[in-house]
Amino acid sequence: MTEITREAMDYDVVIVGAGPSGLSAAIRLKQIDPALEVVVLEKGSEVGAHILSGAVLDPVGLATLFPDWKDKGAPVTTEVKEDNFYMLSASGKVRIPNWPMPKLMSNHGNYIVSMGNVCRWLAEQAEELGVEIFPGMAASQIVWDTNEDGSPRVAGVVAGEFGREPDGSIGANYEPGLELRGKYVFFGEGVRGSLSKEVIAKFDLSAGKEPQKFGLGMKEIWEIDPAKHREGTVSHTMGWPLGKNAGGGSFIYHAENNQVFIGLVTHLNYENPHVFPYMEFQRLKHHPMIADLLEGGKRVAYGARAISEGGYQSLPKLSFPGGVLLGCSAGMVNVPRIKGNHNAMLSGIAAAEAAAGAIAAERAGDELTAYETAIHEGPVGKDLKPVRNVKPLWAKLGLMGSLAFGGLDMWTNSLFGFSFFGTLKHGKSDAEATGPADKFEPIDYPKPDGVLSFDRLTNVAFAATNHEESQPCHLKLAQADVPISVNLPKFDEPAQRYCPAGVYEVVEKDGKPEFVINFQNCVHCKTCDIKDPSQNITWTTPQGADGPNYPNM
Amino acid sequence: MKILVPVKRVIDYNVKVRVKSDGSGVDLANVKMSMNPFDEIAVEEAVRLKEKGIATEVVAVSIGVAKSEDALRTALAMGADRAILITAADDVHTDIEPLAVAKLLDKVVEVEEPGLVIAGKQAIDNDMNATGQMLAALLGWGQATSASALEIADGTARVTREVDGGLQVVEVKLPAIVTCDLRLNEPRYASLPNIMKAKKKPLEKMTPADYGVDVTPRLELVKTDEPAARAAGQIVGSVDELISKLKEAGVA
Repeated sequence: MTEITREAMDYDVVIVGAGPSGLSAAIRLKQIDPALEVVVLEKGSEVGAHILSGAVLDPVGLATLFPDWKDKGAPVTTEVKEDNFYMLSASGKVRIPNWPMPKLMSNHGNYIVSMGNVCRWLAEQAEELGVEIFPGMAASQIVWDTNEDGSPRVAGVVAGEFGREPDGSIGANYEPGLELRGKYVFFGEGVRGSLSKEVIAKFDLSAGKEPQKFGLGMKEIWEIDPAKHREGTVSHTMGWPLGKNAGGGSFIYHAENNQVFIGLVTHLNYENPHVFPYMEFQRLKHHPMIADLLEGGKRVAYGARAISEGGYQSLPKLSFPGGVLLGCSAGMVNVPRIKGNHNAMLSGIAAAEAAAGAIAAERAGDELTAYETAIHEGPVGKDLKPVRNVKPLWAKLGLMGSLAFGGLDMWTNSLFGFSFFGTLKHGKSDAEATGPADKFEPIDYPKPDGVLSFDRLTNVAFAATNHEESQPCHLKLAQADVPISVNLPKFDEPAQRYCPAGVYEVVEKDGKPEFVINFQNCVHCKTCDIKDPSQNITWTTPQGADGPNYPNM
Repeated sequence: MKILVPVKRVIDYNVKVRVKSDGSGVDLANVKMSMNPFDEIAVEEAVRLKEKGIATEVVAVSIGVAKSEDALRTALAMGADRAILITAADDVHTDIEPLAVAKLLDKVVEVEEPGLVIAGKQAIDNDMNATGQMLAALLGWGQATSASALEIADGTARVTREVDGGLQVVEVKLPAIVTCDLRLNEPRYASLPNIMKAKKKPLEKMTPADYGVDVTPRLELVKTDEPAARAAGQIVGSVDELISKLKEAGVA
């Protein structure tokens, strides 16, 4: 291949990803020192296009950035008025009272938001402060440098490369993009970020930590009958339809404008490879409680995104020479609180403070250990540590056991700061948890009715996703034959089912099975990279501006 | 020769268009918007003419909400030299009608005196396919619409048009209006270095009042409806079954 030459630009801080963590970091850097040169790169066609979250927001991070956020017109206006937990059976429900739940699970003072719109607003604030934000520019490579002792350090990223042909060669409209170099590089790519994954591997940042655990969150926005809409109502359900097949639960949030955000999170540590998370989500909506709510309404958007669930014991080392991991690039979701955006924002703020201090002391390219300390000893650590055993208890004891023991554990942790369990391990990764297909019964999912439930490809159209066809497939197989030679006989190739966008298919060609990757459908959720039992799929970034175009997600 | 390129910020072609629940139009709140694809082709053609030395300057103009600046910045990143933003609406749901746009462009042409206006043949949001033609009428210039090839030589524009059954070639004397079809060219990517440079290119901000043009709508929107849902298909096992189903449906 011909050598590619690129222009380079120097910044103080280069931030990958215009999500809550990256934008908070950018804003904080400029608040501390307006002279700092800060650039944010975003692969989505615009800020917010790739943001998908529930979301109930704890405004603590927002308030740290802007004590006057209410007056500044942040799109954070729907205060939670009612908070319900239900245990579902196929046709019934039992409401779990709020009193046995630890205070940390209460949503009092929190807001139902579209995190996409919050990010759009944060981006406006950042630009006013002089941050350069470039949406539609995917950071596709890390720029490495070598220290004097020969050890590597992150020096920047390559972004904005366009126009490669499907075979990887250079097309007629090729644009090489730019090398954006920074004294520090922040990775705020969200869960299972492609460059973050590379950095974690290169510096072995997960050494001595528990494996990261994940969930797959799918979400639809519905416009419902105003008579049934109760703005500010938050409901969570557990039990049916996932039942014993998988951990997880649903959320139903009544947002503004008669909209309801409804979604299902499926923990990706499920064993039964016949589990079809998308179809679980579709049948959830036929539960009488939910069907009544949605009846007469209209689904206006669909999307999906993986969620980090490993919590405190899965946090990798956060700093490395030349940069840090922010938010869910590391994995800062609080599982029982079902929230991570507040920690993402707080982590961005902490990283900004550490980097600004280091740059003021004329440092560059080294480790920001002050950030590591701030996360573990500051508000993020205080949020994550007391709940660290909920997820492993869930995995070990199932739903009912985890409710009892996980609840107890959160009480002792939050009241006395100790746990009967110490710190529990997660054990296997989600990919390793997948069991062989012949040990489990296939699951018979009802056919979507086209009114409350929809087939996968119809719904994917409501993610407004698109990828230019004449580019290399961004979903890389380490070995091309594994899906058919290993995954199909052993696991009935679960990619056909775990992908919420129908990217992967096994079709018959000349009497033989063939693995097909429809990368154009990809919604950038990263589930394949996580759940493939052979760990044969690597999610890399496609060209900038490709992928979903989420409104109000 | 100076080339003027009008560009419109429209709903992105990837977005699943949705009608507002009250039927008053398409919901554009927080929806991804971008430059009308036909206008991208127009910008590309103008920039290529400049690169060939035929044009000396490319000026992009956009009429709409203040955010239309985004479309102009894209045009500047693609190679336009400067831009004019005419802010004519506060709400993204307010569409400026073709006649009002043509009247504004008429005034811009009066000031800028371009030798050629290259426009998209239509905007993908309302598919009016009218602005170029109306502008030609107001200016009294020649027009060549739906161009799939364009050559400029000896004070004329030679335009190839894809018509039913073949290609039609027309020649118009400059100054003229040319509107672009899909196959005229493949627009370049707005590269990151060029987007950075585009932030520094001149962008003039105007209002319809500056030009003395009234943009009040003259058309009344009666109703906006989504297309009817397609009925589910059926897989039949044999030709006989197909025929009997068709008979049942009364089409055979």
